[in-house]
Amino acid sequence: MNKQPYIIDNPAENDFRLNRQALVDPDVLTLEKSCIFDTCWVYAGHDSEVTKPGDFVTRTVAGRPVIMARDSNSEMRLFLNTCRHRGAKVCRERSGNTKRFYCFYHGWSYDNDGALAAVPGDDAYPDSFDRSELGLTEAPRFEQYQGFWFACFDPSVPDLETYLAGAKEYIDLVVDQSPSGTMEIITGVQEYDVEANWKLLVENSFDDYHLHSTHSTWLEYMKDAGVNIRVPNGKGLVLPKRGIGRNLGNGHAVIDNLNFRGRPVATWISIYGEDAKPIVESAKAELVERLGEERAERVANTNRNLFVFPNLMINDGSSVTVRTFWPAAADRMEVTAWAVGPVEESPEMRKVRLDAFLTFYGPGGFATPDDVEALMQVQQGIAETVSEVPWSVMTRGIAKEGEQLNSDELHLRTFWRRWNELMTGAENSAQASE
Amino acid sequence: MASAQTYAGAAAVTRSEVEDFLYEEAALLDAWNLDGWLEILSDDARYLVPPNEAPDADPDDTLFIIADDIHRIRSRVKRLKSPDAHAEYPPSRTRRLITNVRILDSSDSHLTATSNFSVHRFRRGGRGGVYVGRYIHRLVRDSGVLKIAERRVILDAEELGALGAVSFIL
Ligand code: FES
Ligand SMILES: [Fe+2]
Repeated sequence: MNKQPYIIDNPAENDFRLNRQALVDPDVLTLEKSCIFDTCWVYAGHDSEVTKPGDFVTRTVAGRPVIMARDSNSEMRLFLNTCRHRGAKVCRERSGNTKRFYCFYHGWSYDNDGALAAVPGDDAYPDSFDRSELGLTEAPRFEQYQGFWFACFDPSVPDLETYLAGAKEYIDLVVDQSPSGTMEIITGVQEYDVEANWKLLVENSFDDYHLHSTHSTWLEYMKDAGVNIRVPNGKGLVLPKRGIGRNLGNGHAVIDNLNFRGRPVATWISIYGEDAKPIVESAKAELVERLGEERAERVANTNRNLFVFPNLMINDGSSVTVRTFWPAAADRMEVTAWAVGPVEESPEMRKVRLDAFLTFYGPGGFATPDDVEALMQVQQGIAETVSEVPWSVMTRGIAKEGEQLNSDELHLRTFWRRWNELMTGAENSAQASE
Repeated sequence: MASAQTYAGAAAVTRSEVEDFLYEEAALLDAWNLDGWLEILSDDARYLVPPNEAPDADPDDTLFIIADDIHRIRSRVKRLKSPDAHAEYPPSRTRRLITNVRILDSSDSHLTATSNFSVHRFRRGGRGGVYVGRYIHRLVRDSGVLKIAERRVILDAEELGALGAVSFIL
C-alpha cells in the first residue's frame, strides 16, 4: 500500500478521490476481512430456502463454510461447517433434509440443532470430555428481516434492524409485491466468478451513469421490441429525470428511479408479449386494492437498486434479483445471484417474472455480461498502473444542493466513506456535509 | 439441399446425417456466421441453457441462464454482431468438439439427438475457458431440410464459476 489515504474526501473543495490501491492490494483484502466482514451483518440466506424441519443448505458466508438449517423444532440455525473433533466439514451436499449431520472422517455426528449426538469409541476419552460443549459452533448472531437472514461474527453489535437503518423501507417496498409479505427464492441459482475486486461490483450494481455506454445493445433490444426508452427531458440529466441516489445510513445506499423499462410487478411493456398484459395488469390491480393507489404506484412503477453494506444487492427492476459476492482474492470475486418472487405468485406471473429477468440480468442476460466485462477491464487497467495513476475520480453530483441523481455518485461515495471508516477507524465528517 | 423424400420416414435420418448437421452448426458458430446459424433454426426455435443445479428444469418456473424464444434468439444475434456487445468484443475465438452423438427418438416430423461437447473459448487478455456438457437438439423437418426446434445446452460444471458468463452462443 502506498502511504496515501484510501480516499480523499473534501466536499467543500468539490473533491472526492479513491486510491486505486484499495482495489488492488492483497493486504487491503486481509484487512477487509477483519475490519468489515468480521464486524458487519452479512447476508446469509433466505427463509424460503429451508422451509421444512431438517432442511439445510450449505454455502460460504463472510468467507466461512456454513450450514443454514432449520432444526427439528423449526428454529433457524447457522452452523460453521467444521467438525468439533479435528475439523472436517460435516456436510458436503448443496442442500437437503436431515435429522443429523455426520462427519465421515471419524464418525462423529450432530443433531440438526447442532448437539453432538454420537462419538464412536468414546470410552477412550478422559472424564473431562464433555459432549454438551462439543456441538456444532453457531454464528454468534443470526437474525432476519422480512425473511432475509443475516449473520454477524461480532457478538457485540447492535441488532440487525438497527443495522439496516434506512434500507428497511426499501426491503419493505420489494416485499410488498407479495400479498402475504412473503417472498421466496426461485430455483436456479447463478454462481459465477468475476476477475475483479469485489468493491467494483458494489459500485457497478447501482451505478446508472454507465447505462447508456455499457448497455446500449440492451437499450437497442428494448427499442426493437417497441419499448419506449426515451429519456425524460431535462438538462444535463443522464437517466431518468426523477431518479435519485440516497444515503440510507451505515454505508447502505440506494438508487430510486421512476420505472421506464417495465416491471413484472406491475408495469407491462411490449417485450413481455400480449399474453402477459392481463396478468401484469391484474397484479397491479391487486396492489391497488391491497395497498391503495399511492403505495401501489410506488411498488409497481419505481425501480430500486438497494445496496446493503457490505456485500448485498437487491435489484428490483426488470425483475427482482438478490446478489451477494465474496472476495476470493483482491482481483477475483465469487458472485451468487438468485431471482425472488412472491410465494403466492401464479404460474403465469412467475413465467413473466423469469422471462423479464433474463432480458437483463444474469450470466446469459443482455446486460450483466457487459458489466462483468467492464469490471474486468477496470481491474486490468489499474492493476499495474497504480503508481503512475493512483486516483479514481468520483465527484459526480458533489457540488449539487439537495437531491442527487441516480447517475451521480453520491451513493458510491456513501459506500466508500463507510468502508473507509471501518478500515481506518476514522470518524467521517464529510458524510454529514453532503 | 436434401429433397423432401430424403427425410420422408424415421429411418431416413441416420446418425451420421445428424452428426453432419451438428458439425455444420458447430462450424457456423465457431466462424461467427450467426446469420447462417439463424437459417438452420425453425421459426419457433428455442435456445435454452438451464441452471447448473437443475439441468432438466422448465424455464417457466425455474431461473435459467438462457431461455430464448426465436425473437430473443434473433435479438441476441443482433446484439452479438454489434461492437457494443462488450463481453464479446472482440468476439471470443471458440472451437467446438462434438462427440457421442445419439438419436434418442425420432418420428416423421421430428427427432431428438443428444451429443457431448466441449467448447474451448479464447480471449485476448481476458477470460477463456472450456465449457463441457451435452446438447439436446430437437430437430424438425422443414420442407425436407432439418432445422433446430430446440437446443438445450446442459453444462456439467457444478456452477458457472471461473467460466464467468455465457456471453456467446454456446
Ligand atoms: S474430524 Fe470429524 S470425526 Fe474426526
Ligand atoms: Fe450495468
